[in-house]
Amino acid sequence: MSRSITLGQYFPGQSLVHQLNPRMKLISLLFVLALLFSLRSYSGLVALFFIALFLIAKTRVPFRYFLRGLRPVLFIAIFALVIYFFFTSGGIVLLRVGFITVESEGVREGIFIILRLVTLVLFSLLLTLTTTPLSLTYGLSYFLKPLRYIGLPTDEVAMIMAIALRFIPTLMEESQRLMRAQVSRGADFESGSIFRRAKSLVPLIVPLFVSAFRRADELALAMEARGYRIGAIRTRMHEDTFFPRDWVVLAVALVMLAASLTLGL
Amino acid sequence: MVNRSEFMIEARELAYYYPGEEKNSFPALSGINLAVSRGEYLALIGPNGSGKTTLLKLFNALLAPCEGEVLVEGISTVDENKIAEVRRYCGMIFQNPDNQLVATTVEEDIAFGLENMALPSAEIQNKVIAVAHLLGLEHLLHQPPHLLSGGEKQRVAIAGVLAMQPHCILMDEPTAMLDFTGRRDVIETVRGLNRDQGIAVIHVTHFPEEAVYADRIIILNQGRLVMQGPPEIVLSDVSLLHSLGLQGPAAVELAALLREDGFDLPPQLIHCRELVHSLCSLERKS
Repeated sequence: MSRSITLGQYFPGQSLVHQLNPRMKLISLLFVLALLFSLRSYSGLVALFFIALFLIAKTRVPFRYFLRGLRPVLFIAIFALVIYFFFTSGGIVLLRVGFITVESEGVREGIFIILRLVTLVLFSLLLTLTTTPLSLTYGLSYFLKPLRYIGLPTDEVAMIMAIALRFIPTLMEESQRLMRAQVSRGADFESGSIFRRAKSLVPLIVPLFVSAFRRADELALAMEARGYRIGAIRTRMHEDTFFPRDWVVLAVALVMLAASLTLGL
Repeated sequence: MVNRSEFMIEARELAYYYPGEEKNSFPALSGINLAVSRGEYLALIGPNGSGKTTLLKLFNALLAPCEGEVLVEGISTVDENKIAEVRRYCGMIFQNPDNQLVATTVEEDIAFGLENMALPSAEIQNKVIAVAHLLGLEHLLHQPPHLLSGGEKQRVAIAGVLAMQPHCILMDEPTAMLDFTGRRDVIETVRGLNRDQGIAVIHVTHFPEEAVYADRIIILNQGRLVMQGPPEIVLSDVSLLHSLGLQGPAAVELAALLREDGFDLPPQLIHCRELVHSLCSLERKS
């Protein structure tokens, strides 16, 4: 049971995309997203879409993982499509139902918007599917570092997030154990209205909280015993290093953004 | 700074009261005088609430003594500036294997203490690999802790402490939550470190069988040191053990029953093997 618990969306692999520096991936993603919104031409957008597909193929992550990630935006996509199809005027009239018309300009823009949305999600999934939650955490905390000057303990926040990631599977196992213990004594978590089911979770959540606090207490002691001190300087076993390939990826993203902005693609 | 004294840890007139307790009514520890030699294997036994865990926490500077003092390698544990050093000399292993692993992979957990020492990455990596090799944990380095067995988790915890090159390992009932194999693996690991690396061990345990291998056993009761001596003496004193609500090792308990039934067994039998030998020689005589 516990073996099937996966953290985040990470799909392990050895591809180039997997091995890129997480900080670089984050910045490059930012540039690509900016690029997506600056693009005006179909050709540019389609090119970017194919770049996304190419990278997806390179990661060797099964495509269904990307499809699964796209599912939540399906609703927004359909909604946007309807709006654009029926309420944008211009071009030739393709369809007329009563007083509502679908015109070619609306179809053009509707598909453009959806392609942009799908490409955006695909690029984001490229990041989250190929980067472990922990490296993402450390990558993000690196960018938060300037906030230390206004008194935010960024290193400690990163440590808290890393510990949370470490304990998610442990607490999930524990909640399953508690659930089984309650079920064996006649508790029912599955039937009844949503309200009833939510209420039946209370006897689960209370002991889970109690045990989480006890764990936190013991863990704090263990960390202290191993020399952890808040505010002290720490190093890391795996400092993330930049390789030439990281700079190449970043440069490509930047050049694409600059080209789009200056040439008005 | 090298400590010239022959003792690794010294406790002098040590007393500790948990905050909130009436000062004179119930000290967690009082009047403890104890010296631990370099490379000694010390077992600490006693009923629940006798102060065993408190004593370990005092040795690791997790608690500061209320009276008296604790010296680790000659450094007083109340010296704020040297607490990191004390904790490096005295690593601590806790009872619950789940609640002492910090990182999301085994290698990062072993590295945790070294990261706190702010060593360069390359040095940390070398030390982690060396320690994993020593304890036979190489195949687990990239595993997340929740996929390990209890015994493996405790050995990872030991590796994390060992990576900091301690002079002493403090263990607070490290095997209480493990199954038989896990228990055996952990005890063998620690005995090996004690024997081969000369690392002192202070082992708090509920299992008399585990105390058998110690160089010296200390019994605590109600915060006081009741008895200390080699295992043959301490563990064979069944009446004392029973009066404190403790049990002797299987061989001792069995020998006591046999003596009641008139078997003429020599005193101080603590290993099953010795008991079997004595019984066989009785058989041969008759």
